[in-house]
Amino acid sequence: MAEATATILASGEAIAARRRFRVLRKLLHHRSFMVGFIIILLMVTAALCAPLTGVDPNRMAIRFRFRPPQENWWFGTDQFGRDLFTRTLYGAQLSLWIGLSVAVLTGVLGAAIGVLSAQFRRLDSLLMRIMDALMAAPAILLAIGLGAALGPQTHSVIIALVVAYIPRTARIVRASALVTRELEFIEAARVAGASSLRIMFKHLLPNASGPLLVQSTFVFAYAILAEAALSFLGIGPPPPAPSWGNIIAEGRQFAVQSWWIMLFPGFAISLAALGMNLLGDGLRDVLDPRLKVEG
Amino acid sequence: MEPLLEVDDLTVRFRTDAGWMTAVDRVSLAVRPGEALGIVGESGSGKSVTALSILRLHAAPTTRMPTGRIMYGGRDMLTLPAREMRAIRGGEIAMIFQDPMSSLNPVLTIADQIGESLRLHQGLDHAAARQRAIDLLDLVRIPDAARRVDEYPHRLSGGMRQRVMIAIAIACRPKLLIADEPTTALDVTIQAQILDLLRDLQMELGMSVILITHDMGVIAEFARRVMVMYAGRVVETAPVGELFRRPVHPYTDGLLSAIPKLDVDVRRLPAIPGSIPDPTAVILGCRYSPRCPMVQAACRTEVPELVSAGPEREARCPPRVAMLGAVS
Amino acid sequence: MYRTILMRLSQAVPVLLIFSVMVFMLMHLLPGDPAVAIAGPEAPPEAVEKIREQLGLNRPLIVQLLEWFAHLAVGNFGESLTLKQSVISAVLERLPVTMSLSLISLLVTLPVGIGLGVVAAYWRNSWIDAAVMITALLGVSLGWFPPSGYVPIDEGGLWGWFAALIQPAVVLALFQIGFLARITRSAMLDVLDQDFIRTARAKGVDEWTTVAKHAFRNTLIPVVTVLGITLSLLIGGSVVIEQVFALPGIGRLIVQGILNRDYPLVQGTMLLFGFAFVVINILVDIIYTFVDPRVRYG
Repeated sequence: MAEATATILASGEAIAARRRFRVLRKLLHHRSFMVGFIIILLMVTAALCAPLTGVDPNRMAIRFRFRPPQENWWFGTDQFGRDLFTRTLYGAQLSLWIGLSVAVLTGVLGAAIGVLSAQFRRLDSLLMRIMDALMAAPAILLAIGLGAALGPQTHSVIIALVVAYIPRTARIVRASALVTRELEFIEAARVAGASSLRIMFKHLLPNASGPLLVQSTFVFAYAILAEAALSFLGIGPPPPAPSWGNIIAEGRQFAVQSWWIMLFPGFAISLAALGMNLLGDGLRDVLDPRLKVEG
Repeated sequence: MEPLLEVDDLTVRFRTDAGWMTAVDRVSLAVRPGEALGIVGESGSGKSVTALSILRLHAAPTTRMPTGRIMYGGRDMLTLPAREMRAIRGGEIAMIFQDPMSSLNPVLTIADQIGESLRLHQGLDHAAARQRAIDLLDLVRIPDAARRVDEYPHRLSGGMRQRVMIAIAIACRPKLLIADEPTTALDVTIQAQILDLLRDLQMELGMSVILITHDMGVIAEFARRVMVMYAGRVVETAPVGELFRRPVHPYTDGLLSAIPKLDVDVRRLPAIPGSIPDPTAVILGCRYSPRCPMVQAACRTEVPELVSAGPEREARCPPRVAMLGAVS
Repeated sequence: MYRTILMRLSQAVPVLLIFSVMVFMLMHLLPGDPAVAIAGPEAPPEAVEKIREQLGLNRPLIVQLLEWFAHLAVGNFGESLTLKQSVISAVLERLPVTMSLSLISLLVTLPVGIGLGVVAAYWRNSWIDAAVMITALLGVSLGWFPPSGYVPIDEGGLWGWFAALIQPAVVLALFQIGFLARITRSAMLDVLDQDFIRTARAKGVDEWTTVAKHAFRNTLIPVVTVLGITLSLLIGGSVVIEQVFALPGIGRLIVQGILNRDYPLVQGTMLLFGFAFVVINILVDIIYTFVDPRVRYG
């Protein structure tokens, strides 16, 4: 009881600051989060360091084609004699860029749609029917269709995947915002004359940020995998752009005799997806509001 | 009389983000056959953990194995093999919990959930267990038992669910019933009914009851002997009348003066200043000293021992015991 | 029960309407001219124009859309431009492949995914948990395998059919297993923390029965909820897997359709996909009522 009084007396800002600090500390102690974080950090570093190899990822050298991994070519070379180590590093730039853009755009648009439909009941049924319609086909199929419509470009891959992944994100945010809306402090804010805009930005959105963040890490992972699938079908970033999906798609014909062409980018994709998933799992554990302390 | 259950120097430690915390610190208690023992304390005082440890039901991954001894029927419950432990759980010692809304399994019928203990411990078949379940629902005063027994928990109110929990607990006529805050989650009127029911059942079945609560009113109504816990330690034990008449430990004093009285008109209830200490914080000496109105220098450096404060009474406050002894 | 199904069906109507308009618009936004695709790149402009007229492509979009709807209303999904057959017959021809692939994959996915999830949740934070989760997460990433082809049951017998599909089915299952195991794990963790699990233990129920009887049935509730998503992922994945393993299924049909600008084929197939999902989701709702008594009796 005394604790409750103390809590009320303490200023709201101090509590928020302390909670942020606690979340950070929990994340630092969360094993799978840290493993995922380090994997992603290493991959970002590798991507940024790509120019340091001093090799043009698209420079062909027919004399040196199909070289297995060895001293000068750590990951070997492909059918055009391009250095796969350099291509995989540049591929990290492209794939991570696609993952990041898709995750951020999906997060922003999904959050906007989710919060809007939670706040305005009239918009809700229209927006949610559209989301249902988008979900009526498998996401990857939708992305294939959109990707084909927009042409094989990096940005069309991004747009296609964003459209394909928005519905689920919007639903998650909406569900969380609907719960928040029913809480008493929203009622209080409304009575106190807070505008819809204020309620959406000050209350609904922050309370949905946990699930949103977690979902975004998974979207990031999906996007990296989906880019590979789209490139595989010829709807990815246009060759010779060194995306991981492209390297694999081009190497597929030579899978048996030159296994290394597909191995390293395949491994990179798995690792990136694994890293993001671990990161997301950790975030979910820490941000889950149902975490309770017994005593 | 030989005690039915004797807890000796029980210590339970949890691992938290901030390191190890001691939830229960060298707690000892004894329950005699047919006795109603009340354990009272604020949340975080370690009373629930003590109760859960008796049946080894504390959350396993974050808890280190409790140390000390919990003697029941000549055996130490803390070292009992899992199979024998399960034979005691729900058979000889049963437990009911605080929140009846979440303590029943939503996908199983009432008949199944009551019948399960009967099938386990008494070897009844499904039909016989269901019949006994109806009798038990009658016993805990649920109307229309024959129909209710085949329903799922979500059709019952909170009070009704707690009655079902009680029916599950008494199904095998346990010698000891541990009730962990059985009325906290219920409406005031329902609280009284449940307490009445528990008291009647205790008389009828002749079982011992450990009742855990933070509510002095519940203690006054139900318990014969009371143990007060603060921050993981026992601070006072006394027969219930004695405790209310003449509290020894300053914390008990504080708890009692925070109860609203009908005959006294006060603007504001006195509250104990400060709050229960962070369980991971290191407090030298008496854990209550930061809040104690009669704190002395020694209280802050030395852990006080439990000392006798009269017949069947103990308190963890030697200065106060000495003072009261001098007065009386 | 029937009322629920009817209600869900009526809710599906606007969804499918919006979906079919979106599919229609999408196909007509595709770059490239189907008439050119049919006539061939060398064809003279007059020939292309003639084909365009035959197909009605020179009319306003809205007229084409309404005409398409009129045909749909009588169950006519249109004629493929490139396959010289109706969309329905093209789909029916390839349906067994995709169904077989999905079925075998589901038979692998459900027990393995749910089993791994339960195991990981029960021994949480131990090395078993870590091993299962890493396996499941790696399952999310693709494997690339040589094409295997499709052997119909009436030619190769049950074993021949199964043997040809098991490899792609397992690869396809790997995606789902990861997803399902994670959902099951977190659902199981939630359930194991519930008070009624403690009640079961307090009754003297052994660990196996606690997990198998008390926890598992409750775990199924959220797992069934994501069953629709699992099936969606499964069918989505089959599109890619059929491409990778060169299996002549619906996924391959639709990708070919997109790449060949065969818009009636893509529109029709996509719409059939949409129907399939509506049906699947209604089925999931029905299963749901069996698992959760709170829904059954409301």
